[in-house]
Amino acid sequence: MSRDIKFTVNVDEYLSLNKYEVDETSAHIELVDEPSDEEFDKLIMVCPAALYKRDEEGRKSFDYAGCLECGTCRVACGDTIIKKWENPQPTMGVEYRFG
Amino acid sequence: MADFDAIVVGSGCAGAVAAYELAKAGKSVLVVERGNFAGAKNMTGGRIYGHCLRAVFPDNYDEIPFERKVSHERISLMSPDSNFTIDFASDALLKDGQESYTVLRSTFDQWLAEQAEDAGAEYIYGIAVEELLKDENGKVTGVSAGGDEITADVVVLCDGANSLLAEQAVGAPKPSAAQMAVGVKEVFELPAEEIEKRFQCNPGEGAAWLFAGDCTHGTFGGGIIYTNKESISIGIVAGIEATAEKATVPVYQMLEDLKNRPEVAPVLKGAKLVEHSGHMVPEGGITTMPDLIADGVLIAGDNATMCVNLGYTVRGMDYAVAAGQMAGQAAAKALDAGDTSKAGLQCYVDALENSFVLKDLRQFKNVPNFMEHFDRMFCGYPEMIRDMMNGMFVVDGTPVPPMKKTMMPIVKGVGFMNLFKDVRGAMKAL
Ligand SMILES: Cc1cc2nc3c(=O)[nH]c(=O)nc-3n(C[C@H](O)[C@H](O)[C@H](O)COP(=O)(O)OP(=O)(O)OC[C@H]3O[C@@H](n4cnc5c(N)ncnc54)[C@H](O)[C@@H]3O)c2cc1C
Ligand code: SF4
Repeated sequence: MSRDIKFTVNVDEYLSLNKYEVDETSAHIELVDEPSDEEFDKLIMVCPAALYKRDEEGRKSFDYAGCLECGTCRVACGDTIIKKWENPQPTMGVEYRFG
Repeated sequence: MADFDAIVVGSGCAGAVAAYELAKAGKSVLVVERGNFAGAKNMTGGRIYGHCLRAVFPDNYDEIPFERKVSHERISLMSPDSNFTIDFASDALLKDGQESYTVLRSTFDQWLAEQAEDAGAEYIYGIAVEELLKDENGKVTGVSAGGDEITADVVVLCDGANSLLAEQAVGAPKPSAAQMAVGVKEVFELPAEEIEKRFQCNPGEGAAWLFAGDCTHGTFGGGIIYTNKESISIGIVAGIEATAEKATVPVYQMLEDLKNRPEVAPVLKGAKLVEHSGHMVPEGGITTMPDLIADGVLIAGDNATMCVNLGYTVRGMDYAVAAGQMAGQAAAKALDAGDTSKAGLQCYVDALENSFVLKDLRQFKNVPNFMEHFDRMFCGYPEMIRDMMNGMFVVDGTPVPPMKKTMMPIVKGVGFMNLFKDVRGAMKAL
């Protein structure tokens, strides 16, 4: 069963202000093929970049491109759902101008 | 012969200082930092207490690119429809050796790295260490990064809260969701004079403002605001397990709601959002601390859980700076003695034990457990305070009952025993 998670903020808009060097060729985070709703919901709650999403039809999606490299999804669900969590390739990923 | 005397992994608070100490002691040091510059991957609240930096940089302390000196300590207890704030100012907060400053890591970490480089440390930026090299006896002998293998007699691991290497170094398991908090923060630009007006502070001074209660809508966590020179940092720090399992809204919505609170919105009015960031905070405390040394390697900072969130202040940077200093000095001493085995590095642990770092962390050993189960702090006490304050401040022309009659039922609502237990618990934990 998936939870009814409500939010109004559009974090993508905020992320567009950040500086990124996106690695189009390889994903530094990979999920298992059939993540359970329950575990996926946890990631919707805790990912500070709101990259774990579920649309109205209940379809789950994840986009590593806006990742803040915090590692929260790496520890949030034990070993149930994140198959791979690595640092992005050299010089890639987020680059904070303030921090 | 190894390529370097020492390799430092990560140039945050702990790593840059460790490298500085090693270079100052005449050792050849390589720092590998995954950011394209020091600070590029780092975020904090945040405020750093000056004492730790005075100890490392006595001669150029005045050149450190701090944002503002914290002259106002504010804490707020927020209920859904009220906010109770204490604003504390004191000469004692501004005295040399007791003062604290807000920082932005992009600038601050670059300055720290510059000190290490000026002292002679070599830097590779933009590449993450993927693996620690070990000899047949399991002693760490170097690192592998970007496909290259580089060797050293000792490795100082300072890779922060999301350490992918602490397990290889000292066998530290991946932390559990209960031991970590997630921080989400935004930086808003605002002219300096406007910040001083809005926070009622002198030029160059500012506020550290922490929120408990409804900013997480009832679950374990809190809000933060720090004033920088020409910007304001605002964020949420929330327990990962509590948020994943019990929160009613995601962390980013908690931050959005905090920004829209009537007590907060005027402070941000007209300010321009320039960055949205995320980072973890280790909150497990000393009971979750891994071994700090193994053959050929020492660890310092967030990767060793040297961080506490006390609700009224967050501390990790001063512990990391001090631990980095002791790690660098101990590594240099071990190199001089020609023994970088675990036994040779024991002087690092001894130094930490004799310093405020491990003494504080021991003192605060019950804080994580206490805070995590202090549900009334997030829902209960903010409402109690609201009702008491309403009892005092709301005047509508009906005859005023005796104070006791107004207050007693409110306290009874929470329960005298609960109040007693919580006060006692707080006194014991802090
Ligand atoms: C929201 C929030 C608020 C906070 N508020 C405060 C506060 O007000 N006061 C306070 O004192 N503390 C605060 N803290 C905690 C504080 O930021 C940390 O305790 C401190 O930064 C830890 O320093 P560190 O050197 O251990 O790690 P970091 O400063 O994070 O440095 C780690 C470095 O290692 C690098 N790195 C990581 N992995 C690799 C790798 N494999 N290869 C190469 N490089 C690597 C990273 O890029 C980084 O530069 C806060 C933290 C957060 C998230
Ligand atoms: S590392 Fe952090 S920002 Fe990136 S996907 Fe995981 S939780 Fe989200």
